[in-house]
Amino acid sequence: MATVKRRSKQTRVIPGFQLTFGITVAMLSLLVLIPLLSVLVNSFRLSPAEFWKLITAKNVLSAFGTSILCSLIAAFINAVFGVILAWVLVKYDFPGKRIVDGLIELPFALPTAVAGITLSKMFSDTGFPGSFFSGIGINISYTRIGIVAALIFIGIPFTVRAVQPVLEKLDGQYEEAAYILGASRRKTFFKVIFPEILPAILTGFGLSLARGIGEYGSVIYISGNSLKDGTQVVSYVIMQKLERLDYADATAIALVLLIISFVLLFVINLIQLRRSKRISVR
Amino acid sequence: MEILDKKQLKAKKITKIILIVISLLFVVLMLVLPLVSIIVNSFKQGIEFYFNSLSTEYVVSALGVTVIATLFSVGVNTFFGLVAAWLLTRFDFKGKNVLSTLIDIPFSISPVIAGLAFIMTFGRLGWASGIIDSINEFLGTDIQIVFAIPGVILATIFVTFPFVSRELIPVLNAVGKDEEEAAALMGAKGFTIFRKITFPHIKWALVYGVILCTARALGEFGAVSALSKTRGGTFTLPLEIDALYMSGSADSITAAFAVSSLLVLIAVVVLVARNIFEFRAKNKKAKD
Repeated sequence: MATVKRRSKQTRVIPGFQLTFGITVAMLSLLVLIPLLSVLVNSFRLSPAEFWKLITAKNVLSAFGTSILCSLIAAFINAVFGVILAWVLVKYDFPGKRIVDGLIELPFALPTAVAGITLSKMFSDTGFPGSFFSGIGINISYTRIGIVAALIFIGIPFTVRAVQPVLEKLDGQYEEAAYILGASRRKTFFKVIFPEILPAILTGFGLSLARGIGEYGSVIYISGNSLKDGTQVVSYVIMQKLERLDYADATAIALVLLIISFVLLFVINLIQLRRSKRISVR
Repeated sequence: MEILDKKQLKAKKITKIILIVISLLFVVLMLVLPLVSIIVNSFKQGIEFYFNSLSTEYVVSALGVTVIATLFSVGVNTFFGLVAAWLLTRFDFKGKNVLSTLIDIPFSISPVIAGLAFIMTFGRLGWASGIIDSINEFLGTDIQIVFAIPGVILATIFVTFPFVSRELIPVLNAVGKDEEEAAALMGAKGFTIFRKITFPHIKWALVYGVILCTARALGEFGAVSALSKTRGGTFTLPLEIDALYMSGSADSITAAFAVSSLLVLIAVVVLVARNIFEFRAKNKKAKD
């Protein structure tokens, strides 16, 4: 035991462990964890029966349904386009590639409210391409399709940026070996490359999903927020409760949303941990 | 690859073209069009209207609040980012993974919950409201957190909390800690090691992290929206955009886009900065 202890002390030759540890934990607690715990503590003021009643109210269930469904669809579409975009950016050269690569990050840099009003205007029946779609009978703004469109916009950088570095590092040897052994190009992709990038795709999918379920600013303009059409998202309902000073309702819904986020975060970390273990085994 | 015959090469080329076209269509529809649409909409009623809608009392006040909140959050999060990145990349300790996951929390929870968290802490029902009251009584001040500027600042800090550390950690991990260890063994003090060895490695990552944090802080909407209720008082630019857009008249919608165009400019600066940063990183890698 004693030797183990001494060794762990010896590895810390760089100064500042206690200081940086103290500052990090103190700031994290004060600015993030304690405020979040307040939400938790406040939701415990409700009895389980009350909590259940609030959570299973019709508009709340409908909001969770909408948020989860739309985020799943958007995350799936983003996974597909994320792989295509990452592939094109890594494997091919074409004019304007660097601009495309830079634009991928736009949804991170553009304020959500700005994205929200713009997408809402674009996809309404007076905007472009909204007028085109409404011409063929598809309304996008103020429907669930609109919510999906906004979530695709918000989530696309997550999937592209998750897959891109893995593709860049992917050893060309496996691909070549597969060719030489006579595998078709499609087979090479699905049997050799796809399993390698699958954890990255799942990570991107998870991040896009997590972001989508809690999204507020970019969604609330294009969604129309109608209970009848099922276009209220969870964040909107929380905000609505806050505005009416229904703090109990707001915290109860927020707690469920928090739990969903944490589970997703946990699963994403698990995937990444397994991936890094696989790489280190090699 | 010589093994590929002509037919395969042709098929490869076709796939390439199809994939590039799909990608470009997606990027134009989902990313370029929104940008163009903001600019077009903001100049819909002429240049004079554009500048008039940028200089209203509300917009000027919102700009001030936004700048204050951004300065605070960039300052706090840069300091935190440097400290946390040093801790998480230079030391091994129990619970390191948990800590790094906790730091990333603001990244993956709804901004509305961030706003709610501060209401639940400092609001009338919050456990800390008593503390604030007694501080006020003691100092004879009237500090308000919720629905006031400090709340806006706290919410902005919260949502941008991991931004700087996230940019620094991968760079510091890639560099490794051999140089710092050598310096420490030779007797260099902590701050000297940081200034002379660590800082040159992370300079550009830090710049980019700060830019990203600034952009996010300027544009935060959901969290701030829960904590800020007074137009012309505690509203930030995104809240002012919301107010203009929701009031619904053609004029105010154009004004909303005009104010948005300011934030678009900042977004474009971020993208360009990122490109430069990436380019530098890649060049450096190639040189090594």
